[in-house]
Amino acid sequence: MTATRPNTSESHFQSHYIPNTTDEQAEMLAALGIDSIDSLFADIPAEFRNPPLDLPAPLSELEIQQELGGLAAKNRPMGSGPSFLGAGSYNHFIPAIVKSLITRGEFITAYTPYQAEASQGTLQVIYEFQTLICNLYGMEVANAGMYDGATSLAEAALMACRVTKREKIALADTVSPAYSAVIRTYCQSQDIAVTTVSPSAPDLDSETACLVLQYPNFFGYIEDLQSLTDAAHAQGALAVVSCDPTAMGMFQTPGHYGADIVTGDGQPLGIPASYGGPYVGLFATKQKYIRQMPSRLSGRTVDKNGKTGYVLTLQTREQHIRRERATSNICTNEALYALAATIYLAAMGKHGVRQVAELCYHKAHYAAAKIGELPGYSLPITGPFFQEFVVQCPVAPAEINAKLMERNILGGLDVSSQAANGMLLCVTEMSSKDDIDALAAALSEFK
Amino acid sequence: MRQGGNRKTEKLLMQRSVPGRVGTVMPDLDVPPQPMPDGALLRSELPLPEISEPEVVQYFTGLSLLNFSIDTHFYPLGSCTMKYNPKINDEIAFLTGFAGIHPLQPIEQSQGALDLMYRLQGFLGEITGLPAVGLSTLAGAHGELGGMLMIRAHHLANGDTGRTKVAIPDSAHGTNPASAAMAGFDVVELASDSNGNVDLDALHKVAGPDLAGVMITLPSTLGLFDTNIVEVCRIVHEAGGLVYGDGANMNALLGRVKLGDLGFDVAHLNLHKTFSTPHGGGGPGAGPVCAAERLAPYLAAPVITKQGDSFELSTPEHSIGKLGGFHGNFGVLVRAYTYIRTLGAAGVKSISGNAVLNANYLMNALRGTYHLPYDRTCMHEAVFSADRQKKRGSSGLEIAKRLLDYGFHAPTMYFPLIVHEALMIEPTESETKETIDAFVQALIDIDREVTENKELVNNAPHTTPVARLDEAKAARQPDLRWQPEAAD
Repeated sequence: MTATRPNTSESHFQSHYIPNTTDEQAEMLAALGIDSIDSLFADIPAEFRNPPLDLPAPLSELEIQQELGGLAAKNRPMGSGPSFLGAGSYNHFIPAIVKSLITRGEFITAYTPYQAEASQGTLQVIYEFQTLICNLYGMEVANAGMYDGATSLAEAALMACRVTKREKIALADTVSPAYSAVIRTYCQSQDIAVTTVSPSAPDLDSETACLVLQYPNFFGYIEDLQSLTDAAHAQGALAVVSCDPTAMGMFQTPGHYGADIVTGDGQPLGIPASYGGPYVGLFATKQKYIRQMPSRLSGRTVDKNGKTGYVLTLQTREQHIRRERATSNICTNEALYALAATIYLAAMGKHGVRQVAELCYHKAHYAAAKIGELPGYSLPITGPFFQEFVVQCPVAPAEINAKLMERNILGGLDVSSQAANGMLLCVTEMSSKDDIDALAAALSEFK
Repeated sequence: MRQGGNRKTEKLLMQRSVPGRVGTVMPDLDVPPQPMPDGALLRSELPLPEISEPEVVQYFTGLSLLNFSIDTHFYPLGSCTMKYNPKINDEIAFLTGFAGIHPLQPIEQSQGALDLMYRLQGFLGEITGLPAVGLSTLAGAHGELGGMLMIRAHHLANGDTGRTKVAIPDSAHGTNPASAAMAGFDVVELASDSNGNVDLDALHKVAGPDLAGVMITLPSTLGLFDTNIVEVCRIVHEAGGLVYGDGANMNALLGRVKLGDLGFDVAHLNLHKTFSTPHGGGGPGAGPVCAAERLAPYLAAPVITKQGDSFELSTPEHSIGKLGGFHGNFGVLVRAYTYIRTLGAAGVKSISGNAVLNANYLMNALRGTYHLPYDRTCMHEAVFSADRQKKRGSSGLEIAKRLLDYGFHAPTMYFPLIVHEALMIEPTESETKETIDAFVQALIDIDREVTENKELVNNAPHTTPVARLDEAKAARQPDLRWQPEAAD
């Protein structure tokens, strides 16, 4: 039941979110020796107090469901037809238990776990998250999460500058354009130079703080991480790698190749696409760099009776202690979605994570082979790839996408600015053989 | 509540793993198997747990029960605005038409989402009096970074390259100086005067040609409305600087005053505080940036614009650039939009009215027992000092921990930094008078315990899942992930 609206005038509105009745307000005001709530705001200069406020009239919950349901229905969700769009946000299966567990009030309505004794659930979850992200990436330490994949990578680049005391970032031209843009925004005011390099011949020197890579790269392909990491290390630079966690179900880890900082977007791990957020940024590094890490860490310790417990630790890195000398300004991160990723990894487990990666791999390769054979279409990039690949189309990808949408197929990303008539297609476990065949059949008609 | 067997939470996921157990069944491959890549590219080990679905549900449910939360406990954490998080907001955000859409899908397929974001920009501009709004920043501190980069861009566009300093009150959140530093500024600390306002003499001293701006939290973290605020803005503007507003405490001011009218140039809002979106144990939040019209060209990309009947993602003319991977924490934006639509103008105003009434009622009830360093009408929160109790042998921290035994979450402690033994209490509008009365009584009882049974207080908490934890050990010997060799 929603509250009724006895009176929606300016003077009185009884919201169902506010328990105080007018009688209770009067009682509380009497205790204060005043007669109106308005008088509590006397410190606000009178000429600016109680300005007109032009907002639409309130809606009951019933009306909210109808109106917002209507707005939601104007969008085309990926589940409503075949969808082949990826490029940083991925359509993956999410077990029902993820939403069921993260919406428990004890998790979703808790604050950041500063008060450890009252927050052991959240703290233990973060510790589990740190463990599983380390295992996924083959790294030694992971933090409690960042905002998203892009900001994780930007913070990793800044951290590499602190570690090496250098101010030049070499950014591979195969890193997501959006991520590259965020790195540039983060660096613009800090006198850090950002140069673009080709991963086939990265131009590094003794002033380079880090080489920034993506794995699989933005176009879906697997680069030679070993030689690139070695090239960075040869100049005393760090290797910073943004890595799709789903690919870790089958491909070798960045840690195996000696990467120094590994970041990623946790969205593929049980988080809906949700028009781009909220997601969670993944961030892992080597033990020796922990004091330069941004964001929170949960550490295992004991209570005064010797019982195991968890606390936020190494907080002297953080803004609430170190202020302008902190490793980052990050405070609120994306804890609820770190929880979602932890539940996802627990539920999918060793077998499920591997199965998802293999389903994506085989379906994407089936699709690539099929589309590559169509007259007018080709695969301009060779080499191993995971679940995304670039197709060169006979006409502009934008035209093709518009026609695909007429058949309720969501096509790939138009990357024609980077590859002639290029379309970046993504095939995950969510696409059936019929979906892929329908895509290929539709494409074959556009020449 | 005790749990037995596998519902006990002590064992971690990797310790629960039993070879052969499966948590999820995936469909069989329906395309012909494709050639595999060179084996050297593949990993052999995948150290993830093997656990069945019921065990996963039992484990995480058990963990949840170890938390205090708004739904289970009064959570008067000052400066955090732990108000009720309406369930309908979550339900709307999870609608397939919102949760299931891809950020890069054609805008023709996302008009409902863009329409909602466009309307929310309008609401937030109206509420703050700062009409140029960008929604892409992902948390309060992220909004601060965006806003400070805009201030930098504004000065540089005017050829004003010498403005390197940002002045920040000593009572500010740590994110303010950290964000200013990330935006490339040198931070100067501004003293507060004896009333808790910005000290105008101190401000005059820094208001020169090298001042880029100030960052002001209103009401301040002392829970006070700065009665000098108009003068502060005037002094800064006269010196050629801009005024940044940290909107962390906007719950106090909703519908009562607009930041733009007071002279603020750019501010962020914390949708996860003022606009009721759940904190989620530390996020997600959203930190939209609201600015005066003349700063609109500098907003982070994208902003939502309307061309005829169509909504678009646009990059402002002199944008500071992109600050996140996509368009913002959309799911959080949906919740905040839903909240404002549920309240309307009168409802929004009743939020601040009841939040401030509850805080003053609580402050008044405790002023005889706990020292009140700034004894004035407060806004949404009251900052006490446990100085008196400390003299009798129990610190603010010990009192806060003892509150857990009474079934209340602790207030914010030791912040703001300028108050000794600070206890910062924010009841919000969503608590009942009965709850506030019970909380007041608990603090009065604890004060008595400090005199009568100090050990009881100083060893608290006694009833939580763990007792006080060894933080020194955690920092000295960091144990940040489970490893087989360290198995215990």
